[in-house]
Amino acid sequence: MLRLQFKGVSRHFPPKRGRSESEGVLAVDDVNVEVGDGEVVSLIGPSGCGKSTLLNLASGLDRPSKGEVFVDGAPVSGPNEHVAFMLQKDLLLPWRTVRRNIEFGQEIRKLEPDKRRQRAEMFLKRFHLDGFADHYPHELSGGMRQRAALARTMMMNPDVLLLDEPFSALDAQTKMVLQQDLAGTLADERKTAFLITHDLVEALALSDRVLVMSRRPGRIIKEIQVDIPDRDNPMERRQHERIGPMIAQLMGLLDIGSSEELV
Amino acid sequence: MAVIQDAALTPDHAGPVRRRVNLVSFLHRQEVWLSILALAAFLASWEWGPPLLGIAPYNIPQMSAVWSEGLHMWAHGDLLRHTMITCMEVIIGFALGCAMGAIIGYALGMSRLLEAVASPYILALQIAPKVAFAPLFVMWFGYNITPRILTAVLIVFFPVLINVLTAVRSVDPAMIDLARLFRASRAQIFWKIEFPWSMPALFSGLRIGATLAVIGVTVAELVGGNVGLGAVLAESEGQANTAAVFVTIILLTLIGILAYVLVILAERMVLRYAPQRSADDIGV
Repeated sequence: MLRLQFKGVSRHFPPKRGRSESEGVLAVDDVNVEVGDGEVVSLIGPSGCGKSTLLNLASGLDRPSKGEVFVDGAPVSGPNEHVAFMLQKDLLLPWRTVRRNIEFGQEIRKLEPDKRRQRAEMFLKRFHLDGFADHYPHELSGGMRQRAALARTMMMNPDVLLLDEPFSALDAQTKMVLQQDLAGTLADERKTAFLITHDLVEALALSDRVLVMSRRPGRIIKEIQVDIPDRDNPMERRQHERIGPMIAQLMGLLDIGSSEELV
Repeated sequence: MAVIQDAALTPDHAGPVRRRVNLVSFLHRQEVWLSILALAAFLASWEWGPPLLGIAPYNIPQMSAVWSEGLHMWAHGDLLRHTMITCMEVIIGFALGCAMGAIIGYALGMSRLLEAVASPYILALQIAPKVAFAPLFVMWFGYNITPRILTAVLIVFFPVLINVLTAVRSVDPAMIDLARLFRASRAQIFWKIEFPWSMPALFSGLRIGATLAVIGVTVAELVGGNVGLGAVLAESEGQANTAAVFVTIILLTLIGILAYVLVILAERMVLRYAPQRSADDIGV
């Protein structure tokens, strides 16, 4: 069963009023991607190649100019319950405690307060935040804030998780710990995830497949199957002997080291 | 706007900075003693400076003269009643001005169209010296408390409106998107994102408003009427009673300080989530 599907999707941003037609931007061009149930797929590509545009289209915040995005077989026409989105910025509301931040989405969906609290309690525990439930975001470290953002996303029990460089603002060690948490949760709950990242190791350590995008207008130029065990244990997977050659292959595809502009 | 950024973009390492002020350690702080010393020096030079420098009492009366004039006015001049009337005008003017400023600020903040239509008038009124309207209000409403309250409303209105409007406009669009992803309604976006986001800015508007309200009321009282501290001030000036003028200036200042401190205390209660800043500003 397909959880997420991009079918011939293009997104053209028209020029600002008064500018010539040529100043419009074709961000992504004819993208076809299929993500099956329980699959974790990563998307890498140069800066500004339209990766985030794809996630905005999948989340329903934006609409494609051509083609269609499907989630659970239904065309996406706006924000919906099937997907949840997590960004590089934690976007915790500074006036809410960690607990109330985690409850935020379900509060908007008007889940009964009892059930909401119960559920939040569960996710506080799972993401090792129980000691900080009543702290405000400014009292937390960057890693814990991002953990809270992850808990808030999981709280929605989405069919598809959209992750836009979720760990790129964290230091290397915190990042590894959070990747481990995420991979464990995704495997336990058999969640489907579509992950954008700049970090080639992260892409390989967390996913079943890696898609490589070209410079703008973004097209999918390569798909790599990551047939290495331990998808639920990135710490282990990072050290696998086949990771090195795969990184080399990705660097080649992205022109890293040979061209003027790096990823 | 700095206030908003402080609350929203607090760096991770900021941590809680709430301090319990211990009286003993407080008295050990050097700046406390220096402040007390400075106060003593100020009062002493006020008391003995004018006679030493040959300044006439009708220019700068001694501290003791001002004090005894204050006691006299309290006993014989209905000083308490005048003070209470001024306080009441300040409170009503402040409350109405803040409420109107906030409501219109939020309304303009949520509608680009409304803002585009109203902004030239707002700009013009913001530049106009608000206290200049006081005589007009007296002509319209007579020698009663209405012109005083109206002048206070007018002068308090703008800083609150501008602060609220700027804050609503500055909400991180990604936060709005977050709420939209959860399929929040327009009302939910306002009450759960925009309104709490604007609170620090609203309070800095209220702080400015608290001191401006006293100015508005005082000017309108100076223009006309025979109750309120401004009227006492004008009357004392007419009698060339410098000590009484000093007494009213001091009382008006105290009302301003009281209003300001009350706003700060309210701010501290409401904005508990943010690292404490405002309280340190005035050393409370």
